[in-house]
Amino acid sequence: MPSPRPSDVLDWPAATPRAGRPVATAAERRRSRLRRKIKDNITAYSLLCAAILIFAMFSWYPIVRGVLLSFQQVDFVNPPTWVGFGNFARLFEDPLFGVAWRNTLLFTAFALVFGFAVPFLAAVLLNEIRHARAYFRLAVYLPVMLPPVVTALMWKWFYDPGPGLFNSALNAVGLPGGQWLDSSTTAMLSLVFVSTWANMGSTTLIYLAALQTIPGELYEAAELDGAGMWRRLRHVTFPQTRFVLLVLLLLQIVATMQVFTEPYVMTGGGPDDSTVTVLLLLYRYAFVYNDFGSASAMSLLLFVALGVFSAMYVRLTRRVDA
Amino acid sequence: MTTTLPRKKKRAEAPSGRTLVSPSQLRTRGGKTLYVIVFVCTFVAFTIAFLFPLYWAVTGAMKTPAELAATPATLVPREWHPESFAEAWDQMNLGKYFLNTVVVAGGAWLVQLAVDVPAAFALSKLRPKFGNVVLGLMLVTLMLPAAALLVPTYVTVTDLPLLHLNLINSPTAIWLPAAANAFNIYLLKRFFDQIPDELIEAARLDGAGPVRTLWRIILPISRPILAVVSILTIVAAWKDFIWPLLVFPDTGKQTLSVMLQRVAIDMPLNLLVAGMVLASIPMIALFLVFQRQIFAGLTAGSIKG
Repeated sequence: MPSPRPSDVLDWPAATPRAGRPVATAAERRRSRLRRKIKDNITAYSLLCAAILIFAMFSWYPIVRGVLLSFQQVDFVNPPTWVGFGNFARLFEDPLFGVAWRNTLLFTAFALVFGFAVPFLAAVLLNEIRHARAYFRLAVYLPVMLPPVVTALMWKWFYDPGPGLFNSALNAVGLPGGQWLDSSTTAMLSLVFVSTWANMGSTTLIYLAALQTIPGELYEAAELDGAGMWRRLRHVTFPQTRFVLLVLLLLQIVATMQVFTEPYVMTGGGPDDSTVTVLLLLYRYAFVYNDFGSASAMSLLLFVALGVFSAMYVRLTRRVDA
Repeated sequence: MTTTLPRKKKRAEAPSGRTLVSPSQLRTRGGKTLYVIVFVCTFVAFTIAFLFPLYWAVTGAMKTPAELAATPATLVPREWHPESFAEAWDQMNLGKYFLNTVVVAGGAWLVQLAVDVPAAFALSKLRPKFGNVVLGLMLVTLMLPAAALLVPTYVTVTDLPLLHLNLINSPTAIWLPAAANAFNIYLLKRFFDQIPDELIEAARLDGAGPVRTLWRIILPISRPILAVVSILTIVAAWKDFIWPLLVFPDTGKQTLSVMLQRVAIDMPLNLLVAGMVLASIPMIALFLVFQRQIFAGLTAGSIKG
């Protein structure tokens, strides 16, 4: 049911006959209501104008501009020229283009395996633990607060094949060290590891919050029906958190497909282009080759690839709130 | 998770509630032993995974460069050099970069509140004609992956439409685009929606205009959501990397993240690590003080807690 608009309700005192005041006629009431409505609209739009201007300039206009740029050649000296699908053709001719997409999909796939399973297991575990809850929450969320550049630089140092933390630890227990970022087979996986470490705090706590809303009676009922722990996990915990799992799945896909800071800071795309991601290549096109047209074409492709996921994510999260 | 929004009064009081493991199982001797083992393992695992790296960085900064480069690495510095923090501060001119970052994050915060709060209030309580269209157009921007807007927004910032201003190297290049934050407007609007209209009518009958109502009535009772939005905004601005990297080619204007990345190759490792630790301290302090707001922001607006 729509709540009454304030403007309607506010007519009430004016319309109430008061002592010593003539009763307002219907026409007068209508006029005053209209006046109030107009005034309300003017106030509302004057409060909204800053936001509308800023959205127009930094959101709506760039959306349109991005689409236009994808089909133009721009050098900021001459007026832009239309090149049709030329920018896209250029991208498809670039051997790195396919590599970048493959690397990014690989990153997303790994990140989903780790970034999805590990936090969920951590949350299930934390939900059972009854002591030092605040400590666990603090610990798992601490890395989220670090600036991503700091995390990336720190892990780059940890991964150092010489005096790095990992190889020192492995050597200490008699295991051979790895090449981590210096080998094209492990570099991407090493980046996924960093990203998971840095971001799992938020996912874990969201899962934990979802787990805490599961009514205890469901577990009790399942137990009475003879369901063991695994079956309770499968038939109660999973279905009850399915929605949150789905929402975070979408969020993770959208976020990890845009990975940039880790490869940019830690590997620069190497070794052997094994960590060139879509966004890293997009960055190179725009800010190294100064080819804003092709970079925009790449943005458009990224949007096409991710727009559906983003839209689903926004719709789902909004539905929960409503 | 305790979201601070009203109407959501029915919160799961789960901590003591029944979970996956049955309480009777936990009460048996075997159950108790198993619980202790699991607890200790989790405790150790979490500490090693999340706190040990920070310990490693803080102590690493205090080692000599020779000790840092030696294999195998030492768990505790042989010699303590806490002065490397001061040295890092001087050599990297950290004071300036801290100030730059504070200006960027603080400005982004103020501009966002100044733009988004009145907008959310107008959309929620004054409900102008086409208000839903405006809100819808704002929310549509959430469906775009941020990276897709990177290039066109950069191009826009180098030459603002109609005004033809170039914002490169100016903090406004960060403040203004940050204010176009549909998520914040949505969070605020949702909170304002739950404030009863009667309150606003009462204020109006007392002769308060909309601006006064917003300032004197709405803002004071909206403190929880304002805190959440503020924290989200400041943390995001402090952590951001790619956008400041693009809009601050002038090395003197850069933020901490961009500067650290730039000097990473040339700096002695102990000083670089010291700089990294120093750059993280404000965020960690913020986290320790505003945990509740941060955790609330995590679930507010996204998923039912």
